[in-house]
Amino acid sequence: MTAAAIASPSWRVRRRRRVADTIMAVLLTAATAIAIGLLLLILGYLIVNGLPALNLAFFTERPKPFGVEGGGVGPAIVGTLIVSAVAGIIAIPIGIAAAIFVTELRPGRWGAIVRFAAELIAGLPSIAVGVFVWSFLVRGLLGRYSAIAGAVALAVIMIPIVARTTEEVLRLVPGSLREAALALGAPRWRVVMRVVLPTARAGVATAAVLALARAAGETAPLLLTALGNLFFSTDLLRPIAALPLQIYQYAASPYDDWHAKAWGASLILVAVIALVSFALRAFAPRVSR
Amino acid sequence: MRSGRGDRIFAGGVTGLALIVPLTLAGITLLMVEAAWPSISTYGLGFLLSSTWDPVKEIFGAAAYLYGTLVTTAIAIILAAPVAVGAAIFLVEYAPRRLAGTLSFLIEVLAYIPSIVYGLWGLFVLVPLFRENVEPFLQSTLGVLPLIGGLFSGPVGGRDLLVGGVILAIMILPLLVAVSREVIAAVPTAQREGMLGIGATKWEMVRGAVLPYARVGIVGAIVLGVARAFGETMAVTLVVGNSSTAITSSLFVPGYTMASAIANQFVEASGQLYFSAIVEIAVLLLIVALIVNTLARLLIRRVAGTPQGFAI
Amino acid sequence: MKFRLAASALAIATLIAACGGASTPTPSGSANPCFPVKGQCPEEAQLLTASGATFPAVIYTKWVDEYYKATGVQVNYQAIGSGGGIKAITEKTVDFAGSDAPMTDAQLASATSSILHIPTVMGAVVPTFNVPGVTKLNLTPETLAGIYLGTIKTWNDPKLTADNPGVTFPSTNITPVFRSDSSGTTFAFTDYLAKVSPDFKSKVGAGTAVTFPTGLGGKGNDGVAGAVKSTPNSIGYVELIYALQQKLGTASLRNASGKFVEPTLDAVSKAAVGVTYPDDLRVSITNSPNAEAWPISTFTFLLTYKDVSDHAKALAMARYFWWGTHDGQNFAKDLGYAPLPADVLTKAEAKIHAITSGGTLVLPAK
Repeated sequence: MTAAAIASPSWRVRRRRRVADTIMAVLLTAATAIAIGLLLLILGYLIVNGLPALNLAFFTERPKPFGVEGGGVGPAIVGTLIVSAVAGIIAIPIGIAAAIFVTELRPGRWGAIVRFAAELIAGLPSIAVGVFVWSFLVRGLLGRYSAIAGAVALAVIMIPIVARTTEEVLRLVPGSLREAALALGAPRWRVVMRVVLPTARAGVATAAVLALARAAGETAPLLLTALGNLFFSTDLLRPIAALPLQIYQYAASPYDDWHAKAWGASLILVAVIALVSFALRAFAPRVSR
Repeated sequence: MRSGRGDRIFAGGVTGLALIVPLTLAGITLLMVEAAWPSISTYGLGFLLSSTWDPVKEIFGAAAYLYGTLVTTAIAIILAAPVAVGAAIFLVEYAPRRLAGTLSFLIEVLAYIPSIVYGLWGLFVLVPLFRENVEPFLQSTLGVLPLIGGLFSGPVGGRDLLVGGVILAIMILPLLVAVSREVIAAVPTAQREGMLGIGATKWEMVRGAVLPYARVGIVGAIVLGVARAFGETMAVTLVVGNSSTAITSSLFVPGYTMASAIANQFVEASGQLYFSAIVEIAVLLLIVALIVNTLARLLIRRVAGTPQGFAI
Repeated sequence: MKFRLAASALAIATLIAACGGASTPTPSGSANPCFPVKGQCPEEAQLLTASGATFPAVIYTKWVDEYYKATGVQVNYQAIGSGGGIKAITEKTVDFAGSDAPMTDAQLASATSSILHIPTVMGAVVPTFNVPGVTKLNLTPETLAGIYLGTIKTWNDPKLTADNPGVTFPSTNITPVFRSDSSGTTFAFTDYLAKVSPDFKSKVGAGTAVTFPTGLGGKGNDGVAGAVKSTPNSIGYVELIYALQQKLGTASLRNASGKFVEPTLDAVSKAAVGVTYPDDLRVSITNSPNAEAWPISTFTFLLTYKDVSDHAKALAMARYFWWGTHDGQNFAKDLGYAPLPADVLTKAEAKIHAITSGGTLVLPAK
């Protein structure tokens, strides 16, 4: 295919080009259909296999002994909520601060360093983050498996997500807004806290929620830090259950009842994440993701 | 400009919190290298070349894990890249605006599915499918060909490197689509208009104007996919077989990846050398992630400017 | 009203006096709510963290459920494999651990102070199989070793058919399933095979984390059972209850006295007859010479430091161990485990009594 071919008046060449164009259009549509089809397939399996497992006991009771049917994943649901929330409390301020540092304070080389560090942390395998937090907290400072160790591991994963998305959103705030505030005599910190951040409020909330959604589904870091708990627990210094951990244990087990629960727990996780993404898209469409 | 106490406190607070980020990265790297040091100093490069992993005799060589990681990642890229780039082209060039938006959103939802859910689905859906249907089929068709036939030989179990690769392909698909889409969308309209102006068909325009321009960025997207596949743990652990025996050419052999080796053995690696060998695998993953991610972002930046929203 | 107040005050005073004096021998006859284990004990820790073997997980998860109802103490036992338990107790990231494999000398040496092995129940490691059309399977030490060494590759191998007259085996390949994690069940299994097959001993060896030449890895007893259940033509080794729960076939083994024995709890108990126990109770009872014994029987242990600095925790653990080795034994048979024989129980009691906190004994002397 060259410019010559395009310019060729020969109807044979033109027909060949049209056929090629149609074939490619079909292939490309097929590729997209495969991608979408996979999603629908997975969601379909989740719904068909997960819904039957969702009953009241599933949400409120704790697990039964190995091999006994019934019970639920109550401790895991509570555990995921607690660990994600604590991880958020740690990660969101740090992530927002990093974004402000890079965009508003703008100290040149240091800004680039913080940004680059955030990108690199984002690329780390989550199991490696788990290894780090285990050495640092589980064996080191705290001396035990604990919810707080799990939260720290998740926070490490969340920080780059919050930082990056917040940075994007802060850059979208018009410079004229900042200049106007500064011209009125407001000190820098006030400009950021009272003008820039509030304007970017929706986007920052998006960043936070997306990061939480991602963290809530992580398994590998929790495997090495939170250990899991058969009982309901809110104690940060004790091991805690979590939905991804429960899914992992149940999936690899031989018990059909546990398999059904694994599907159910997966359905809950995905449903919450999908709903959250959908809601964000509806309310904060200006943020690209 | 009044730069009073308020500003100083603010700057101090923000800087303090922000610097936690590079500090954490440094801490992670240093702590892990330190923990891995006994193994690094004992084995040196041989760690990657020897496939003897024997906790009883305390001999550790991670070649089988490296092999498993490379093979599953290769399968993932070979399967996912064409589909992802194709879908990305479709979304940017062919799909009507509203449809493109909805479809992109749906593909993003795929990205947010936790990896353990992929593992669950892979274990209960893909493994039986491959064991009963796909792998026997491959064995009877491609398995008889010379050279590549060896890939499809041996007893069919269902939990093997092939299924590990396939589940990874599905997992990195949304990432590849998202990044490729951005890269392709970043191609200037002028390029497109130029081609269309001389009478090119849509596909000719894509092939002649868009892809050459975006090529570097697409390579970057693929590199990001490689980075993601390398470190993926939970989905692979459930379907890959978890057997660290000899490196063979067949894809139907249960295997191990570096990440799943860590997940399986970390909590029980007692003994200093065993533990540091496991951490060394994590360090290797870390180094690969750092190098590959940096490379990928450089490539993407060349085409699309600052990469946006790679939260996935 | 006043009488009730006085009675409550008296009861509380007795409670305080009794528990406060738990470290000194109380005169026999006075009520001690903390020992023997009858209900709540105000002095003990309410939360315990433990991890370890999956082999006894079926009964341990039952125990913690019942114990919680009886005393209100939450014992969070996470089944991650014996190797994980040993590492966790060595590094003190848990309060106590479970392991079917006794700790090695090297492992004990790397702990900060001495660790007690307290046997809790006995169990059978059984070869379990999923072969279409086969319901009964006889294995000999040679055929079992051959399967796991990869020398016997198909189900209709003559060595297998020779021991199983009347059974039609398919010609399919055998998929042996083993433990991908460090496992006490693997320890018992390989310990046995190393004793009966010099080939196995030299090629694979005995231990918690050996390298099998061929097959599929599953995590935990539950992972192996799951793999066998979902993989046709496979064979794996698990505690009896896991095979029974999944309705998987269990093979009979020819034991040291030449008889083909089925894996029953009686056969397991017979493996403990006539055994001389070392002081630290780190014993292997595989390949028992007794006539009806199951050749791959094993004890499973709870591991704890002899001296636990936190008194409340030490008391809680001692009480739980006591309850498990006494009341807990009632659940064993229904759940596929053999209770402790009387002589072993006495030794276990002695170990539990030996637990100290800061030097003082935690439980009152008998």
